[in-house]
Amino acid sequence: MTLNPTAPSPSSRRRPVAVPALLAALALTAACSNSSGGSGGGGGTAQTLTGDCAKYQPYAGHSGTTVTMFASILSPESDNLEKSWAEFSKCTGIKISYEGSNDFESQLPVRVAGGNAPDFAIIPQPGLLAQMVKSGKVVKPPAQTVTNQDKWSPVWKTYGSVDGTFYAAPMSANMKSLVWYSPKTFAAAGYEVPKTWADLMALSDRIAKAGGPKPWCGGIASGTATGWPATDWLEEVVLGTYGGDVYDQWVGHQVKFSDQKITTAMQTVADWMLNPAWVNGGYGDVKSIATTTFQDAGAPILTGKCAMLQQASFYEAQWPKGTKVAPDGDVFAFHLPAVNPAIANPVEGGGEFLAAFSGRPEVQAVQNYLSSSDWASSRVRTASGWVSANQGVDKSLYTDPIDKLSAEALTDPSATFRFDASDMMPAAIGSGQEWKSLTAWFAEGQSVQKVAGDIDAAWPK
Amino acid sequence: MTGRHRNPVRKSFSSPLASAFVIAMTVLWTAPTLGLLVTSLRPKQDVTTDGWWNALIHPDFGLGNYHAVLFEGGSGGSTGLMPFLVNSLAISIPATLFPLVLAAMAAYALAWVRFRGSDAVFFTVFALQVVPLQMALIPLLRLFSSGAHLGSLTLIPAVDLKGSYAPVWLAHTMFAMPLAVFLLHNFIAQLPRDLMEAAVVDGASHFKIFRSIVLPLCAPALASFAIFQFLWVWNDLLVALTFAGGTPEVAPMTVRLAQQAGSLGGRWELLTAGAFLSIIVPLIVFFSLQRYFVRGLLAGSVKG
Repeated sequence: MTLNPTAPSPSSRRRPVAVPALLAALALTAACSNSSGGSGGGGGTAQTLTGDCAKYQPYAGHSGTTVTMFASILSPESDNLEKSWAEFSKCTGIKISYEGSNDFESQLPVRVAGGNAPDFAIIPQPGLLAQMVKSGKVVKPPAQTVTNQDKWSPVWKTYGSVDGTFYAAPMSANMKSLVWYSPKTFAAAGYEVPKTWADLMALSDRIAKAGGPKPWCGGIASGTATGWPATDWLEEVVLGTYGGDVYDQWVGHQVKFSDQKITTAMQTVADWMLNPAWVNGGYGDVKSIATTTFQDAGAPILTGKCAMLQQASFYEAQWPKGTKVAPDGDVFAFHLPAVNPAIANPVEGGGEFLAAFSGRPEVQAVQNYLSSSDWASSRVRTASGWVSANQGVDKSLYTDPIDKLSAEALTDPSATFRFDASDMMPAAIGSGQEWKSLTAWFAEGQSVQKVAGDIDAAWPK
Repeated sequence: MTGRHRNPVRKSFSSPLASAFVIAMTVLWTAPTLGLLVTSLRPKQDVTTDGWWNALIHPDFGLGNYHAVLFEGGSGGSTGLMPFLVNSLAISIPATLFPLVLAAMAAYALAWVRFRGSDAVFFTVFALQVVPLQMALIPLLRLFSSGAHLGSLTLIPAVDLKGSYAPVWLAHTMFAMPLAVFLLHNFIAQLPRDLMEAAVVDGASHFKIFRSIVLPLCAPALASFAIFQFLWVWNDLLVALTFAGGTPEVAPMTVRLAQQAGSLGGRWELLTAGAFLSIIVPLIVFFSLQRYFVRGLLAGSVKG
């Protein structure tokens, strides 16, 4: 049927009017957001900061500007970050607009590719940093940031570099080579904190034979990231058995998973965390490691059903409120000894790097500040739960014993520090096949050869 | 009316066995929501150590989680969930109304206004449904941030919409249009032809027909689409996160809920409370509009 158009009645004019109105509204919104995002007034002219603000003089001259920052750190940890630069913002007039998201890893590439990159991103994985640098949007840091980097041990500079060019300065460091235990239980049973791997194994055997709690507990379930704690166990053993060179070759796949060195390391892990007599305190058999969440893994230590848990320094946040974390408290941690006593002080850990996507002067000022010892000290002073490997941070600022322990190990010049291997390997392995295969290792009891073979087979060609 | 007792379908649905089955299904279907409610009322220690059903035997309930979700500051030193709930409304309502209005007009035009290529236009719009939303995110974001250019010719200028609701509205409207046009077109095309002809004979314009006849008659279709679209936008995380970002000025409640679990996902007792709060608004929308699902507005509209 055809309805013939009839002469327009007065009411039919409404629609054409509505469209321009909508466009005007859009244009208005656009205009508003333009002015707030721009450089604003007040900046540029020489500005002298006095009193408490005098120390921020090098960063002055950009008052009224805003920089945006995107990261994976969420509240409450992010609140402490914002507090740590509050004084800087107040004195210099540079506002730092912080946004945290637990979809950071997937959102950042989308925003960068969509032309909507933040001024800063705090990137915890060197692999993601490399991907961002390859997009061509990461801006090289100013000279002062590069100079500030000298306060960190040189290995950190390589983790913030892509193809030999330094892009992102580290902001934080965390230590994974820790074993959580209950000092009270240890004291009551007469156990001593082991200093060598042999001592640790002997102690585990002794606890197991005593018939009380099992020596170890563990949990590798973590939603879609299930398996990551198991990668840490393997990394600790590889680093502690062969040292940094083999570890680096393993990360680069010059040493394969099926290489005898790595399968031997896997066997060491099997004798330790897949040992039916030793695990899984408070939860059940070896298989229960795959179904226990990493957050819950340490709970049996408090109830006396498990003696030890290998987990990173950030596990401290998982203990229930009121748990005393101290050398004489409910729980504490010791440095996991090297498997091979010839490897001095191996430390496996992670960190977060500050990458800039803009070269605006206020962005560079913030970048310089956040790479300085002053900021690192400010953050450490704000609250516990943050460790910097910056040599310029006074160790006495650490109020938390675990932070202090981590900081001492991370800044120890004799330490062999290596970044978490699974964060360095290609994503298909480090956050894919390795998680899957190691989970199957625990859950289905697959052989070391099969697990290693599966991971090698999935390595991107 | 057809005879109620002679209708075998109706009879089989009202048998005691069927009723028992329906009740069983309802209980089964509601159990997770009950679990959510129970968990949201329990202290963290209980949540992490045993299942929610145990709380029915040893009740230890409190509103602590709700207090934490609503009032404890979070990232950006904000004041809990409240501003995000307001953002959610500010995003959901326009993002429901825009596609509804545009699609109703487009559907009417495609169904009742004959013009060259109307079928082709309709099929193109229909076919656009196969484009997955995820695939269009980056191109759309790029369009907003840098515009569209053909060589040196600017087709669409770059609009700086950062930090406003506009990109989220636009994105949701675009993603909703194909399905909305398709649904409403099918409904509007089936309106009785006599009505339209009568209106034309009486001298009504297209706009008059659209406003006085089509809109009232397709209210059930509009309402059901509005419910779908509202629920979709209300529950959406991906589009909001991509186009609005996570700042308290524009981010909806879903973004906040995702942040609430903390960096290490350790605070999921808060998630349950937040999730329960977020259910309330969609429930209000559903119950206030659901009668449109069952009301047959068309019955007798021609005969009368």
